[in-house]
Amino acid sequence: MMKSLLHYVALVLWLALIASTPLFADNYTIRIAISLTMFSAMAVSWNFIGGFTGYPSFSTAAFFGIGCYVGAIAQRNGVPLVLAWVLASVFVAVFAALLGAIILRLKGHYFAIGSIAIVEVTRLITSSWGSLTGGGDGLNVPLLQGNPQEVASFVLYVMLSILVLAFCTSIYVDRSKLGFALKCISQNEDAANMVGVNTTVYKIIAYTLSAVFCGTVGAVYASWIGYIDPTDSFSILLTVKVPVMVLLGGAGTVFGPIVGAGAFILLEEVFWANFLEWNRAILGLIIVFLIFFLPNGLLKLDYNRLFKRLINKKARTPRTMDGTS
Amino acid sequence: MTEILRLEHVGKSFGGIRAVNDVSFSLQQGEIIGLIGPNGAGKTTLVNLITGVHPLSMGKVFFDGEDVSRQQAYQAARRGLARTFQIVQPFPRMTVLENVAAGALFGGQAGSVNAALEMSRAELAFVGLEDFADTPASSLALPNRKRLELAKSLAMRPKALMLDEVNAGLNATEIDGALELIRKIADRGVTILIIEHLMKVVLSISQRILVLHHGELIADGDPGDVIRNPRVVEAYLGSKFAARVQAEGHHV
Ligand SMILES: Nc1ncnc2c1ncn2[C@@H]1O[C@H](COP(=O)(O)OP(=O)(O)OP(=O)(O)O)[C@@H](O)[C@H]1O
Ligand SMILES: [Mg+2]
Repeated sequence: MMKSLLHYVALVLWLALIASTPLFADNYTIRIAISLTMFSAMAVSWNFIGGFTGYPSFSTAAFFGIGCYVGAIAQRNGVPLVLAWVLASVFVAVFAALLGAIILRLKGHYFAIGSIAIVEVTRLITSSWGSLTGGGDGLNVPLLQGNPQEVASFVLYVMLSILVLAFCTSIYVDRSKLGFALKCISQNEDAANMVGVNTTVYKIIAYTLSAVFCGTVGAVYASWIGYIDPTDSFSILLTVKVPVMVLLGGAGTVFGPIVGAGAFILLEEVFWANFLEWNRAILGLIIVFLIFFLPNGLLKLDYNRLFKRLINKKARTPRTMDGTS
Repeated sequence: MTEILRLEHVGKSFGGIRAVNDVSFSLQQGEIIGLIGPNGAGKTTLVNLITGVHPLSMGKVFFDGEDVSRQQAYQAARRGLARTFQIVQPFPRMTVLENVAAGALFGGQAGSVNAALEMSRAELAFVGLEDFADTPASSLALPNRKRLELAKSLAMRPKALMLDEVNAGLNATEIDGALELIRKIADRGVTILIIEHLMKVVLSISQRILVLHHGELIADGDPGDVIRNPRVVEAYLGSKFAARVQAEGHHV
C-alpha cells in the first residue's frame, strides 16, 4: 500500500515536470517532452494487449499510422481539428476490433508475425492509394496556429491528456473484471475458457484498447508535424520500440510502461547526443539486455536484494584482505 | 429423477481417426457415474465434446433440456457444466484464492471481483485449502493442485461436474481424501461423471458405469453387471480381474 502510494506520488511529480518544460526549457527540450509523452501513451496502450493479456502485438505502428492519415485527410476535407482527432480515434478503434476478431485466433509467434504483417499491409495500401493519401509523396496537414513555442506547448498538453486518459483506463482495467479476465487469459487461456471467460470478446477489447490511444496520438502527431508520409507513419522501428519500452519497465504492471518509456527515451537522447551512428544499435542492445538480465522489467527488480548484495560485496572485500595478510 | 445431460449419437473424427463414435447415453441429476476404458479409448475427447472444447463431428448434446451441441467452452461453464483437466490447469501466477475467484466471477454468480474473492473463501474451506489462500498456485503440490481444480469448478456452482482422472498421481490416503470430497460434492446435488483408471476407486464410488472402447460405448449400466460383461472383460478389465471379482464375490 505504502509502496504503491509512493509510485503514484512519483508519477505525479514526473508528469508535473514534463508539463512544466514550456515554462523554463528551450524548444528542443519541449520536443523531447512531447516525444516522451506520446511514447508513454503508446506504451500504456500496448500494455493492454502485450502486458495484461500476454499477446505479443507488433501492430502499434499500424494504429499510429492510420490515426495520422485519418486525422490528416479529415482535416484536409474541412473537419475541425478536435473532431478530426476524435474521428481518427474512432476509426482506429473500429479497425482494431474488426481486425482483432481475425488475428487474435493466432497465438504466440504466429500472432506476433501476423500483427507485424498488418503494419506492412496498411503501409502498402496507404502508399498505393494515391488519390486519397497522396501515395509516396505524402500529405500536407493544415498547420496549427501560433508561434513554434505556443504550438509545442499546446501539443504537449494534448499528448499529456491522452497519456493521463490511457493511464486512468489502465488503472480501471487492472482492478476490474475485464483486467481479471485478461490476466486469466495471459496465464492459461484454455483454463480461462473453462471457467467461463469469453476469451474472444475480452481479447478483442484489449486489442482495441491497445489501438485507440495510438490512433489519437497519431492524429495529433500529424497535426503537429504538418506533413506525413507512409514510411514515417507506418514505421517498423516504432512498432518494435513500444513493446521494448514496456518490457523494459515491466509488462502487465500499471506503472511499468511509463517507467520504460521514460528510461528508453532518455537513454536514446544520451546516445543521440553522443554517438549518432550508434542509435539503432542501442535498441538491439536493450533488447538483448532485457532478454538476459531483466525478464520482468525494471519495476519487478528486487531492489532490496540488489542493494544488499552490493553492500555485502563491499563488506566482504576487506575481510578477504585481512585473511590473506 | 430428472435428466440433466443427454448425448445422442455423438461422434468426433480427428482427420481419419474416429476418436468417439456414435455414443448415446443420459445422466440423471445427482448421479455419480464412472467412465472407464483403455488408454486412447476417447474418454477425454468425450468430455471435450460435452464441454464445447471440440466441435462435434456428429450427433447432439442436450444439457438441462437445452440443445447445447454448438456451444463454446465458456458457454458450457456458464450453463453449469464444469470439468477438471486430466493435466491440472491453474493460473500459475495468481494466488490460490484468485484462481477460485476466477471460477466464481466468470462461471458463477459473483457480480464483482471483490464479491468473487469473498465467495471463494468458502469453497477453499470446503476442499481444505483455506491455509493456502494467499500462496501462488504454482507453489502447490500435486494433491493440493487437484483440490484447487475442484474448488475452482465448485465456485462456478455447476449442475454437472466432469472429473478427468482427478486421482491420478495420488497415493492411497490422498485418494481416500479426494473420494470423500467427491461424495460431499455429490451431496450438494451436483451430477458427477468421473473418469478413473483404478477399478477399486470406480467401484467404490459409482452408481453406474459407462465403458468406452475404441471410441464406442460398449457398456452402460449397474457396476455389478458391467464388470461381468464379457465384452468389458475382454476389452479392458482382463480375465484375471474378472476371476478375482468372481472369487471375492464383490458386492457392488
Ligand atoms: N486434439 C486431437 N487431435 C488429434 N487426435 C486426438 C486429439 N485428441 C485426442 N486425439 C486422439 O483421440 C483418441 C482418443 O484420445 P483420448 O485422449 O480421448 O483418450 P482417453 O480415453 O482420454 O485416454 P487416456 O486414458 O490415455 O487419457 C486417441 O487416439 C488420441 O490420439
Ligand atoms: Mg484422457
